[in-house]
Amino acid sequence: MSVLLYMIPVALLLGTVGLGAFIWSLKSGQYDDLDGAAQRILNDDDVKQPEEQDKKPKK
Amino acid sequence: MSEALSQTSIETGYESLVKKTDDGTRKLSVYVQGAYCAACIQKIESVAQHFSTITETCFNFTTGAMRIEWDGRPDLANDMVAYIEAQGYDVLPYDPDLQDEAVKREDRFLLLCLGVAGFAMGNVMLLSVGVWSSDAETMGYATREFMHFISALIACPVLLFSGRPFFRSSMRALSGGHTNMDVPISVALLLATSMSLYELAHSGEHVYFDSVLMLIFFLLIGRYLEFRARKNAGAAALDLRAALSSFATILEGKTQKRVAVHEVKQGMIALVKAGEKIPADGVVIDGISEIDSAIMSGETLPQTVKKGSRLLAGTLNIAAPIKMEVSKAVQDSLLFEVAELMDNAGQSNARYVRLADRAAQLYTPFVHVISLLAFLGWVFVGGMAWQEALMISVTVLIITCPCALGLAVPVVQVLATGGLMKRGLLVKSGDALERLAVIDQVIWDKTGTLTNGVLMPESLTGIPKKTHQIIISLAHHSSHVLAKNLAASSDVDLLDLTHVKEYPAKGIAAKFQGKKIRLGARTWCGNKAVKPSQSPELWFEMDGQKPIQFVFVDSLRDNAEQVIQGFSAAGIKSTILSGDQEFAVKKAAQNLKVEEFYAAQSPKDKFEFLHKKQQAGSHILMVGDGLNDTAVMCEAFVSIAPGSAIDMALNEADILFSSHSLEPVGKVWSIARKVQQLIFQNFGLAVIYNILAVPIALAGLVTPFVAAIAMSGSSLIVIANSFRLRSQL
Repeated sequence: MSVLLYMIPVALLLGTVGLGAFIWSLKSGQYDDLDGAAQRILNDDDVKQPEEQDKKPKK
Repeated sequence: MSEALSQTSIETGYESLVKKTDDGTRKLSVYVQGAYCAACIQKIESVAQHFSTITETCFNFTTGAMRIEWDGRPDLANDMVAYIEAQGYDVLPYDPDLQDEAVKREDRFLLLCLGVAGFAMGNVMLLSVGVWSSDAETMGYATREFMHFISALIACPVLLFSGRPFFRSSMRALSGGHTNMDVPISVALLLATSMSLYELAHSGEHVYFDSVLMLIFFLLIGRYLEFRARKNAGAAALDLRAALSSFATILEGKTQKRVAVHEVKQGMIALVKAGEKIPADGVVIDGISEIDSAIMSGETLPQTVKKGSRLLAGTLNIAAPIKMEVSKAVQDSLLFEVAELMDNAGQSNARYVRLADRAAQLYTPFVHVISLLAFLGWVFVGGMAWQEALMISVTVLIITCPCALGLAVPVVQVLATGGLMKRGLLVKSGDALERLAVIDQVIWDKTGTLTNGVLMPESLTGIPKKTHQIIISLAHHSSHVLAKNLAASSDVDLLDLTHVKEYPAKGIAAKFQGKKIRLGARTWCGNKAVKPSQSPELWFEMDGQKPIQFVFVDSLRDNAEQVIQGFSAAGIKSTILSGDQEFAVKKAAQNLKVEEFYAAQSPKDKFEFLHKKQQAGSHILMVGDGLNDTAVMCEAFVSIAPGSAIDMALNEADILFSSHSLEPVGKVWSIARKVQQLIFQNFGLAVIYNILAVPIALAGLVTPFVAAIAMSGSSLIVIANSFRLRSQL
């Protein structure tokens, strides 16, 4: 059972990493235009974009 | 005629909206309409390839708001807008400051709470499954306690963090002296946690940390869905306000400039061309024209204005350009009357108690009484120790906790409002559908609601083809709205005309193959012997021929008759209340087979008619679009407006539709009935679940494992039932 002493912290750590990623995505505005994000995936990347075109609002 | 009036003015003024950002670039916010697919996004954002100075474009597909940033001259803004318009999209000026920051914050707050609760639930469940799947002997007491301890370590802070939406809401309710659904939720959450901590301290067998987190997680999903349904509608309504309707042309000495309508101030001189809306209240100082005020009063006949005439903001200049001086907001009798009526409106819809709240009112005392009885029963009748009895009463609270009930309403409403939005119907509040489902009478406005609100010529048959061609060609040269509509009504090859000249308040004249032709008012080129029609008319005269008359009528919207038939088939009576004249209303009513109609109604007449009916207990749906309907819509049980309505009506209406057809009104009503039915089914399912679960809890047989299965099972059943709505949309 002593393996639990490693496994539980590891499980919690992985969970925390996931939570951190979620909070990051939330803060960077990725949930602001869900319908748009669903449509944008259909666009080809061939058309040269002048710069990164993601939806990050500038702070 | 002054020089300014004859001059063609510049069409845009977006440079006045350009703002400087902190890092020195220019920023423009606009509202782009008409994007429906991925290709649209690409086309709209391709503006960035077209203008190399653009550093960033950001188009929000959900709201239509677009931000462009670039290095360079501010007046590039006009070219950029022109480029997007050339791609086939409508661009409107937009003020991003009007966007509600609070709504955005609340959205992120709920999502954050939801995410944290999800994380905690997953991890605690991981530990709980271990505990459930073995017993204390195989696992060892120390290990079990260790697992319980870790669970507590995760659950307690998360309860305090993610439980805030419920705690806040129940505090608000309690301090206001009443109760809502969040009160039993908060009590159950806190009791279950404290009880589990007590068990943990005494090395007990059962802790309910996983149930607590699961409750928070499921209920937050319901809460977030409910919020999103409201937010979507709220955001769209805000966008309507933030989308400043247009620009006005302001004259300063000899120069013209375009100014956003909300920046037009008293004392400015504005130039209003034919086909433009009057930007603000004021007085005509130059020019003669006709004003269409159908949107304000429901009156379809245009009125002639000349120097000194008063103008009302929002009415339409249809004939010739005029110069006006902007005055203080006119205490116009109509606007004043409507505002006064709206102050008196009882807000009958505000008194409406939502289904979810009604369920909570029944449910809260029931659950608390059962829980209390369980405790007392076990202690005094069953002779149990008070700790164990309290445990049982807490499990009653946990297992009856309204996961299913909390999801029953929001899931259906989110599905419905989302589906309706895709069909161009905007439901501004969740309970609008609940109210719509129980109406028993509909009151219709005529002009702009049952009709299109656009005057089109009656049939042009019986005119020789060549003459027809000449008339349409001449109409194309005119800036008068009736002539423009005439020109748009048929598609023919245009002929070359010479000596074209437009005479304000009279008409337009030209020469065709040496013959003089004229199109205009009866007094100018008409046959005065013919009896004047009761509708607006235009006359055409060619040298040596009899004048031809064109009568313009406001035609009924598509499917208007079917929608009204659909309502009467369901026993819902229709009534037309219009500000227009008797003959026009009668004609519309006959075409639509509506028996009850009243013409020449003032806003006050309309208001009192509705008020009397509602006093008698009717639940009335008001469908209207004009200023004269606004007070009635405010008072009505539920109201619907077409997207073409005036701002005040758009603000008051519960539901908006954007379509030339009236079909959405019938559709939203049938969806509302279906939603109502599904919500009741969901309540039924929740009741059945409680009938099964409560005896188990009362018997003291509920372990944390049983609670987890029961709660998630009942929630899933309710969600699955709600999704049956999809096939109806």
